[in-house]
Amino acid sequence: MGMIELSKVTKRFGYVEVVPPLDLTIEDGEFCVFVGPSGCGKSTLLRLIAGLEDVSGGRIVIDGADATAAPPAKRRLAMVFQSYALYPHMTVRKNIAFPLRMAGMPPEEQARRVDAAAKVLNLTPYLDRRPGQLSGGQRQRVAIGRAIVREPEAFLFDEPLSNLDAALRVGMRLEISELHERLRTTMVYVTHDQVEAMTMADKIVVLNAGRIEQVGSPLDLYKAPKNVFVAGFIGSPKMNLVSGEGARRFGAETIGIRPEHVRVSTTEGTWTGTVGVAEHLGSDTFLHVHGTGLAETVTVRVGGEIDLRHGSRVHLTPDPDKIHRFDANGLRLP
Amino acid sequence: MARAVTNRRKLVFTLVAWTLALLIFFPILWTVLTSFKSEADAIASPPKFLFFDWTLENYTTVQERSDYARHFWNSVVISLGSTFLGLLIATPAAWSMAFVPGKRTRDLLMWMLSTKMMPAVGVLVPIYLICRDLGLLDSRTALVVILTLINLPIIVWMLYSYFKEIPGEILEAARMDGASLRSEILYVLAPMAVPGIASTLLLNIILAWNEAFWTLALTAAKAAPLTAFIASYSSPEGLFYAKLSAASTMAIAPILVMGWFSQKQLVRGLTFGAVK
Repeated sequence: MGMIELSKVTKRFGYVEVVPPLDLTIEDGEFCVFVGPSGCGKSTLLRLIAGLEDVSGGRIVIDGADATAAPPAKRRLAMVFQSYALYPHMTVRKNIAFPLRMAGMPPEEQARRVDAAAKVLNLTPYLDRRPGQLSGGQRQRVAIGRAIVREPEAFLFDEPLSNLDAALRVGMRLEISELHERLRTTMVYVTHDQVEAMTMADKIVVLNAGRIEQVGSPLDLYKAPKNVFVAGFIGSPKMNLVSGEGARRFGAETIGIRPEHVRVSTTEGTWTGTVGVAEHLGSDTFLHVHGTGLAETVTVRVGGEIDLRHGSRVHLTPDPDKIHRFDANGLRLP
Repeated sequence: MARAVTNRRKLVFTLVAWTLALLIFFPILWTVLTSFKSEADAIASPPKFLFFDWTLENYTTVQERSDYARHFWNSVVISLGSTFLGLLIATPAAWSMAFVPGKRTRDLLMWMLSTKMMPAVGVLVPIYLICRDLGLLDSRTALVVILTLINLPIIVWMLYSYFKEIPGEILEAARMDGASLRSEILYVLAPMAVPGIASTLLLNIILAWNEAFWTLALTAAKAAPLTAFIASYSSPEGLFYAKLSAASTMAIAPILVMGWFSQKQLVRGLTFGAVK
């Protein structure tokens, strides 16, 4: 079925190596998320899998067959683009049926599949509209509809939610997750939003400058980041990274402590500082504390009930069991 | 952009616009009016604007003396022929320049355009000699080919800028959906580019219809289009303003009517991409 294996895959644009040799296996039925800052090569990697870019070296195997040189249409993959990429001159029905029409499927079968997909995605009332007459969320669902009717080996999503507003984004996130639960088809999902990555993925691939920094389940990455980059990238608000004297006390070049693993007290603690900004979210409050003698501002997550504001004097104590220690190269120490 | 325009300013702008429009339109109006005058009224001084004896005499004379239908047909064949041939060559060219550009695409486009900056008369002799040696003087084939080549840079540029406006992701989506290159162009690109192709087509027909340098230089009788038909009435030995005007009116009428009906399309085409 839809297992995707990349071995020594490389991509160069001219003399610039965007993706250095890279190995990765995406298991059948897995929800795999590529995450990283913009320009890290995650979209390029997805396009290499899709066949929209040619690899400069290495092999791509999809479902046991070498697909390295296969054109996109022959890879039996479906893709959902950031801009939806719907055909503006076709109705929703024709948009969804397009891949079936290209495959030469009989019209009755096309109609049956389109109706089924429309039902799943709540698009039935809109089948005769054009994309221009739909809202962003509906367009995104049409794009997903166009992908699912083909019953592909795997779905590729290229930042599909970035053009939606925040509320819709959360809704669509759930819909895509539910879709995956129902179809159990391999999904490869590219995003720069680590919240999407954490909430949706079975497996997260953290990319930085074309290199894989770490592969693992969301909680693996959260609990045991392999290096400083992953530590800083996964988790919201970001992990506090302290280097220099403050870190050497713990026998490391850099230490990381998540905002939820710092205890706050008004009487005593390891570090003492002043609250710069207190962000009250209701359920939680994020305190940004400086003047602790550390070079970095320390972010702390406390309960929503705590009444600390700008200028409050606080004492912070990191939970010793939850401290992540990194060496001079930024790699995790045991 | 919200800007308060006072009523007086509005009035002044409207007047200026109308004056300019009438100034540009006046020669055409005068030609049409003159075509209904007698030869004597046509050269009367002071000129007669509307109060003269209206007559259709010039039209009948022109029709008797020369074969309007043949010239008209030549114009149709030459302008449509060169336009379709041009589109046939330019569409794939513009497609590749817009969607798979190379390092030199920009230079190539500029070079194509630069050929339009050269005066046509500079290549008159070689082209004339080539046509003579190939036995293509006074043939519609020669004119179709030459007008195609002359207008090709404009067609390529127009199509190129249209295609550039079409998001590449849509074509990639088509590729992912299993479309071959042919299906991609036929079912996705072409329908999306229809407005652009249509206005390119219209503009090129107008350009080819009005082209007078090559059509006059390379035709005598057989292949002469309407431009030659008009020119045949501007004889140096006699002043036949009224007949010349009648011939001109008959020559420009078809293209004016076409332009009138397609003005929306043309304006959209020419300002495409300029404003969002």
